[in-house]
Amino acid sequence: MLVEEIMKTNVIALPPTATIERALHLLHEHHIRHIPIVNEQNQVIGIVSDRDVRDASPSILNTGTSSRELEHEIQTIMSQPVITIHPLDFVEEIAKVFYEEEIACLPVIRQNQLVGIVTEKDMLYTMIQLTGTHVQSSHIEVKVPHRPGILPEVTSIFSKRKTNIISVLVYPFKDDPDYKILVFRIQTMNPLPVIEDLREAGYELLWPNNLEGPKQ
Amino acid sequence: MICSSKFVFSNDFLHYYFHGDHPFNQKRLLLTRELLEAAHMLKPEAILLPRKATDDELALFHDRSYIEAVKQASVGRLSTEEGLAFGLGTEDTPIFEGMHEASAYLVGGTLEAVDKVLTGQSTHALNLGGGLHHGFKRKASGFCIYNDSAVAIRYIRKKYNLRVLYVDTDAHHGDGVQWAFYDDPDVCTFSIHETGRYLFPGTGNVNERGIKNGHGFSFNLPIDAFTEDASFLEVYQTALIEIASFFKPDVIITQNGADAHCYDPLTHLCGTMSLFEQIPLLAHEIAHQYCKGRWIALGGGGYDIWRVVPRAWAQLWNVMSNGEIVYGALPDQWLSKWQDESPVTLPKNWQDDPTTVPIIPRKQEITEKNKNTLIQLLKYTKTIES
Repeated sequence: MLVEEIMKTNVIALPPTATIERALHLLHEHHIRHIPIVNEQNQVIGIVSDRDVRDASPSILNTGTSSRELEHEIQTIMSQPVITIHPLDFVEEIAKVFYEEEIACLPVIRQNQLVGIVTEKDMLYTMIQLTGTHVQSSHIEVKVPHRPGILPEVTSIFSKRKTNIISVLVYPFKDDPDYKILVFRIQTMNPLPVIEDLREAGYELLWPNNLEGPKQ
Repeated sequence: MICSSKFVFSNDFLHYYFHGDHPFNQKRLLLTRELLEAAHMLKPEAILLPRKATDDELALFHDRSYIEAVKQASVGRLSTEEGLAFGLGTEDTPIFEGMHEASAYLVGGTLEAVDKVLTGQSTHALNLGGGLHHGFKRKASGFCIYNDSAVAIRYIRKKYNLRVLYVDTDAHHGDGVQWAFYDDPDVCTFSIHETGRYLFPGTGNVNERGIKNGHGFSFNLPIDAFTEDASFLEVYQTALIEIASFFKPDVIITQNGADAHCYDPLTHLCGTMSLFEQIPLLAHEIAHQYCKGRWIALGGGGYDIWRVVPRAWAQLWNVMSNGEIVYGALPDQWLSKWQDESPVTLPKNWQDDPTTVPIIPRKQEITEKNKNTLIQLLKYTKTIES
């Protein structure tokens, strides 16, 4: 999956000369946490977060003083240089950028122009889509030996039952490199026939694992 | 309290039949009716015949193209591919001859029930053939073809202009009905169900609260797998009392799926018959407190059709018709008629033995988790105590 498939393209940005007050207003109005700062050529030269703006705002305990701080230009508090990504980057790669750089927002740049933005929240939303938990399905977990050909062997059981698979995740079984866990979300309200077939074929089910057939 | 009540039934309901190996089996309706008759709890004059819902009525909720596809499937003229686009011909909702008529009768049964109650001819009415809450606007799913509840609620809004509280105690999330009224502040939906972490359909999280004007009018109480009676009832009763007092409905519709029982093969909840006694008792109370008694009850899921569903649904009727549940032994006549056909030993009594439920090691954690979910559910409705 590519960044261009998940990025937001209607980016709210500000010029470096805008006031901090303007930024504060935009953050509130649009319920956002980051504003890229762009020059006249639409090139990203900085970024501010809601925390930068709050830190630069007068304290609410200081009610007597005037709010001159808010009239300062945004470029006085923006962070730079900005870590950016490209529309053709992989979503998996940018997850790593988020993790390693400990940031929550990445402007997307094509030919030195701001074309989009991806936030940590967009990233999590994408993860939810990838797990398939947002559509009608039942959940089955199978522990399998880690060897070539195992996936088609297991999925052939689903296809024999004409059961549509919504999503498949493969992840490690604890610390044992010889096994994997396959997590299937399947489009059926009655997973029992598939569960029985899987058991009959000798697979170990982690869910449902309490049941020897119907629960009794 | 003895209320006037109607029991919708016709043998036409039994034609909603996928195939012999399918878990959804409307023989439950016949078993329930005969159990009640054997117990002298169902008088012939209480029976109300369903009508067949018209296309215009179905189209109150469903897409015309979908209705047309069901009709084509009904006479074997829908191609496999066209069918799959509408969720027809899947393992869950296979195509069968006459499926349109059979499904339209179930919807018509619910509409008859609605009319009897809302024209004041009856205080309560029960259609156990209805409650098919997974049906979507243009898609069959989860054993459901037409969504009788969604059609009936649209019908009530249009014909009677009343505000509807829909309460769904099926072990599966009542997704079809929830999404149908997700933006509607005049229809409040409340579903308690096993968490969608493992179970179909996967939705029904506590943070699904509705959108636009309907925000705050969808309630979801997902409870943990292996939840038992005490925890189920504690969170359910608290939630429903609170939601009813918040919404103050004009009429209440309950979906009474009987699949939260520990015998049910499709779910992982661990209830006993006590659930299916307390649920209608509370619905009855709420109906009289807020809705001048106006209560339409529907069936739903329930896949142990021998040991669980007949007793559960018969008790629902007992509450609707007499205001109380029945205790003691099941009628011999019913047991001896059906035991031979039943693949399992039929229970002897209306109530379950405490040994019915296996020991659940994580019981305390489950109870605690359910309580936390309840607190989240009522975050915005709970009156602040001064």
